[in-house]
Amino acid sequence: MTFWVVQTLNGISFGMLLFLLAAGLSLIYGLMKVLNLTHGSFYLLGGYIGLVVMHKTGSFVLAVLAASCAIAFVGVIMERFFLRRVHLQELPQALLTFGFLFIFSDLATVIWGSNPQTMPKPAMFGASIQIGSFFYPSYRLFIIGFGFIVAALLWWLQEGTRVGAMVRASVDDEEVARALGINVSLLFTLVFALGAFLAALGGVMGGPIVGVYPGADFEVLLLGFVVVIIGGLGSLKGALAGGLIVGLLDNFGKVFFPEFALFTIFAPMALILAVRPAGLFGRE
Amino acid sequence: MSTGPLTAATRWRGLAAVSVVGILVLLLLPHFLSTYYLGLVIQMMIFALFAMSLDLLIGYTGMASLGHAAYFGVAAYATGLLALKLGWSVWLALPAGLLVAALTATLFGFLALRTRGSYFLMITLALSQVVWGIAFGWRSLTGGDDGLPEVPRPNLGLPWPLTDETPFYYFVLFCIGVGTFLLIRIVSSPFGFALRGIRESETRMLSLGYNVWRYKLAVFVLAATFAGLAGCLYVYYNRFVSPDYLQVVRSAEVLLMVILGGAGTLIGPAIGAALIVLLDNVVSTYTERWLLVLGVIYVVVALFAPRGVVGFLRELRGKKAAP
Repeated sequence: MTFWVVQTLNGISFGMLLFLLAAGLSLIYGLMKVLNLTHGSFYLLGGYIGLVVMHKTGSFVLAVLAASCAIAFVGVIMERFFLRRVHLQELPQALLTFGFLFIFSDLATVIWGSNPQTMPKPAMFGASIQIGSFFYPSYRLFIIGFGFIVAALLWWLQEGTRVGAMVRASVDDEEVARALGINVSLLFTLVFALGAFLAALGGVMGGPIVGVYPGADFEVLLLGFVVVIIGGLGSLKGALAGGLIVGLLDNFGKVFFPEFALFTIFAPMALILAVRPAGLFGRE
Repeated sequence: MSTGPLTAATRWRGLAAVSVVGILVLLLLPHFLSTYYLGLVIQMMIFALFAMSLDLLIGYTGMASLGHAAYFGVAAYATGLLALKLGWSVWLALPAGLLVAALTATLFGFLALRTRGSYFLMITLALSQVVWGIAFGWRSLTGGDDGLPEVPRPNLGLPWPLTDETPFYYFVLFCIGVGTFLLIRIVSSPFGFALRGIRESETRMLSLGYNVWRYKLAVFVLAATFAGLAGCLYVYYNRFVSPDYLQVVRSAEVLLMVILGGAGTLIGPAIGAALIVLLDNVVSTYTERWLLVLGVIYVVVALFAPRGVVGFLRELRGKKAAP
């Protein structure tokens, strides 16, 4: 019993990290029709920057803020000066985001070396807490709670605010939205920056439990893809549901079939594709 | 199509002359080049075939696959394993490699071809990562990260052993020649024109009575088989295969070759492949930061040369003919 509860909680907490990543991937695609292959790099760079700030200042909150804001700024630069110029051109977009993936990946190795690093947990959540008859690291519980709060905030942003309404309008019909006087160009930058912010947030938050290491950018990008394939590109609900599903599948897969963990993720993905090619919550 | 004074007949003659000269140069090349440069040309030819095979999907059918290295890699692994562990001759190991690539593509095609656009990009990339995961994780068979060293060069029973660079060069040249010839036949056949039709408008092809899905699966498997041929030749050339063969970076590299050269033609990807192989070798002698340089090239090509070398040349000719 304890085993199942612990593993389920582990899966959900990892799923929340994937949600942070996939939410940005999905939002960006929904509005801009850009498949951002650099998204994994945002996660990795966020983790590294968080690590540096944490070592310098010892404050987890500062690490989270600094990393997320720095990467959001990188996102602004990327969108304003690069992605904008290949709007709606699928192949150049793929090349461009691939290019940045390689550049960031190599730069990260140059700056931070190739040894895996682990981020210290924030002091407040350093201990384990007792749930019934067993102990569970409070940090993971914190991630789960935090993930739900972010999900709620994003939902409110999308459904309850003026900016969210403008984004939804632009998703439905960009030209009409422009004609109505909505500054779609600014929305593009904002949403891309928000996506980068969320990915970096995931990188820092994940630092204490999965570590920060070269190659993590490719790894999480792949998992992020599976999440949005399962959940549906462009859907926030899909990112949350997909994130939790993939988090759980990944965790139990690693526990039960460590050699073939990838299959426990890909077999369900194949199944969902066969039934619903646009994902659980996607629209064709 | 024909611009200016170039009539179809003169163009055809010009093309034939260029081809004959090109083939002659390739045949005589070993007499002029050192072993090192001959090796470079071998790599260029192999990657040219690999890039042309991807262009069947991207340029001709309009399906952008980000996981094409999967088929290059599985064929390389199959051929390498059969030659190394079971001692199969090239007559068996190479076709077996092609078959494995084709079967993998059939399986993946059933999944990936249900989608299009960005979903197709993601799924092809994800599926190729699965294959990479297997090659990386299944240490007892594939040697994991260390790969499989000492794959023997093919033995054709000729008086010239293929362990020497010059006979091996002719072996590769022959295989690539056959591959290229077949690719030219494919793209200029009715099948090839149907593919272009699918690229332009799938719905129109459907309403014309074409079974689009079957065409897509066929070209997906064909492209994978040609990529597989390139993979088999590469494993014989390097006498080594590792998970690097089917990494995302390689899939992305071949994509770059196609775009840099010019998608939608066969010569374009070949030019792109030659340029990237050359650049890789030059840059690698100066720095270990090839990935960084490659990344910058991606960005530059995406922003400034999305139609590639061939597109650039066409534009140039178009401008000259215009006034």
